[in-house]
Amino acid sequence: MSAELSTMDNLNQIGTDYKYGFSDVENYIFKSGRGLTPEIVTKISHMKNEPQWMLEFRLKALALFYKKPMPTWGNTKLLNDIDFANIFYYIKPSEKQGTNWNDVPEGIKNTFDRLGIPEAERKFLAGVTAQYESEVVYHSIREDLEKLGVIFTDMDSGLREHEDLVRKYFATIIPANDNKFAALNSSVWSGGSFVYVPPGVKVDIPLQAYFRINAENMGQFERTLIIADEGSFVHYIEGCTAPVYSSDSLHSAVVELIALPGSHIRYTTIQNWSKNVYNLVTKRAYAYENAKVEWVDGNLGSKLTMKYPAIYLMGENARGEVLSIAFAGDNQHQDAGAKMVHVASNTSSIVVSKSISKNGGRTSYRGLVKVYEDAKNVKCSVKCDALLLDDLSRSDTYPTMEINDQDVNIEHEATVSKVGEEQLFYLMSRGLTADEATAMIVNGFFEPFTKELPLEYAVELNRLIKLEMEGSVG
Amino acid sequence: MSNKNALLIINNLHAKIGDKTILKGVSLEINSGSVHALMGRNGSGKSTLSYTIMGHPKYEVSQGDIKFEGNSLLNLSPDERAKLGIALSFQYPVAIPGVTVLNFLKTSLKSVLKRDIPIKELRPMLKAKMQELEIKDEFLSRYVNDGFSGGEKKKLEILHLSLLKPKLAILDETDSGLDIDALKVVANGITSLNKEGTAILLITHYQRILNYVTPQFVHIFENGEITNTGNHELAFKLEEFGYEYFAKANPLASTNSTKEVNYVS
Repeated sequence: MSAELSTMDNLNQIGTDYKYGFSDVENYIFKSGRGLTPEIVTKISHMKNEPQWMLEFRLKALALFYKKPMPTWGNTKLLNDIDFANIFYYIKPSEKQGTNWNDVPEGIKNTFDRLGIPEAERKFLAGVTAQYESEVVYHSIREDLEKLGVIFTDMDSGLREHEDLVRKYFATIIPANDNKFAALNSSVWSGGSFVYVPPGVKVDIPLQAYFRINAENMGQFERTLIIADEGSFVHYIEGCTAPVYSSDSLHSAVVELIALPGSHIRYTTIQNWSKNVYNLVTKRAYAYENAKVEWVDGNLGSKLTMKYPAIYLMGENARGEVLSIAFAGDNQHQDAGAKMVHVASNTSSIVVSKSISKNGGRTSYRGLVKVYEDAKNVKCSVKCDALLLDDLSRSDTYPTMEINDQDVNIEHEATVSKVGEEQLFYLMSRGLTADEATAMIVNGFFEPFTKELPLEYAVELNRLIKLEMEGSVG
Repeated sequence: MSNKNALLIINNLHAKIGDKTILKGVSLEINSGSVHALMGRNGSGKSTLSYTIMGHPKYEVSQGDIKFEGNSLLNLSPDERAKLGIALSFQYPVAIPGVTVLNFLKTSLKSVLKRDIPIKELRPMLKAKMQELEIKDEFLSRYVNDGFSGGEKKKLEILHLSLLKPKLAILDETDSGLDIDALKVVANGITSLNKEGTAILLITHYQRILNYVTPQFVHIFENGEITNTGNHELAFKLEEFGYEYFAKANPLASTNSTKEVNYVS
């Protein structure tokens, strides 16, 4: 029969239509030379007028970075391809930070316009920080929240204006010696968000941070610290994109969340880096008594992502959830997962991981569930579903369980499936083209994730997936 | 003998899956608005015929042709065939997890009718059909065929077809797996579809559903070909004598029927 579904042709289009790959002309206040030295670290700290303790912290971290070996797990081939000497570690794009978009240099403002940030801010956000290269160039927060004592600012301002709070929590959850990339971030960090929500305050609509890399071979090392005080709630969303270049950039963030008793933090990421960006991120949360932490983690872009959002359930009745999706196409490896550490009794955690690989892309789920001795009545459920769109693609699961107590209920379930010819035929027989049918199946597969996003993001994600299925003639 | 005005003309159709030939010279004509029953045993190739008409990529047509309104379907993809006005009710509708029934129906209607029907217009349309088919409202927000009972799946198929209002509906064992109450409801749905002008090709191996949906023509299908054709009587005869009796084209068995019915009328 000559009427083919031409499934392969259509699927090959997914993920190839990256509309954020444009770049701006560089017109910077300061750009460090390539490579990393103690002088550069000192220069960054001095330019930021940091207290001495932070400079010392940075220099110690740098020594750790030099000393620590590269991870010997994950995609070691790609990791060892990183040329640390070729990266720019600090770029200051503008003189000062704007609280009004008109104060942001025009080229940069235009970029954020194209990315839809000011529009989203007007429509449905309680506050925004926009980071360009190493610095936050714009930040805003709704006045009423500010009056309630909510702090939402870039990390550098956080350190300047709330030094005691920062010093109390900074690097307490992810110390510089945690891993090579945490050490790297600790030595050259710049930008990122600092959030503090006072006791009992519920931030009813999301705060958003947007991270944009512009220069080739850029290293972006934002540092985020969120503290939800007792009984408070905050939903923080981050998005990120970068231009397409033929050589690599590096994004290595450290994100620490502190959910004090009875509080609730939801942290949503839509990672859509271009395919020349290494995304090597350490994210960890402490959830105290009756607190809840959720990582909603979407990984669509990047060359290699290694990211395992962790939740330490420190107090009784603490709950943790990781809901993640990953999409790996040609020359992409999404090595993502979750860590749930049950320190206290009566704690529960849920991990739902969904991945799609196509056109030779690779996804891995790498997870840890750890239950401390004496942590009683612990519940944990891990579910990993992988969908392969063709025979070239690959998906692996690497679950680790360290259970030191008997009174534990753990479920682990993993499935790998292919987009079925029968599903495609069924949808096509009802009038959907092969592209539309594939998009519908993929959207359906990701639905448990998209339904957790604010509506605007869910619509955007569905639209992205649909767009990416188009442009092929069957 | 061919009637050029027939809606569907299948002529000497041979189809295979891999190296295995399943359809071995099927010829069949269906006029607009008519009801045909195609009866055959499991494994006789009935479903292959329905998949081949709809354009399943797994089945290769090696000989013969399928014409719809005078044009060959063979180079068309399934969605193009759907847009011409052909619809297939599946014997085993597949689940599409994460996609709601409402979204599926809306998207399908948009593709086929080339019109994006707003939800507030679509809902009342659905409501009337759903009442006829005894389907609850909550059905629309469930995921397509995901965790559906056999009856629910078949009802969704009929609901969907009744919205599409195709020129030709192929119903592949729509009666299988239904209890008697559900069978009646589904049969009524098929009858209404036909009353609105849809020609029906009802594929079944039991005469049971034909008590509710009256065919003008009954074809017995055996080993990849139509061995006998008659009127509704043939179905009763089949029930009485069994498929074995009709296993080969049996002149005795079909004489009466073919005499009485002008097949290409």
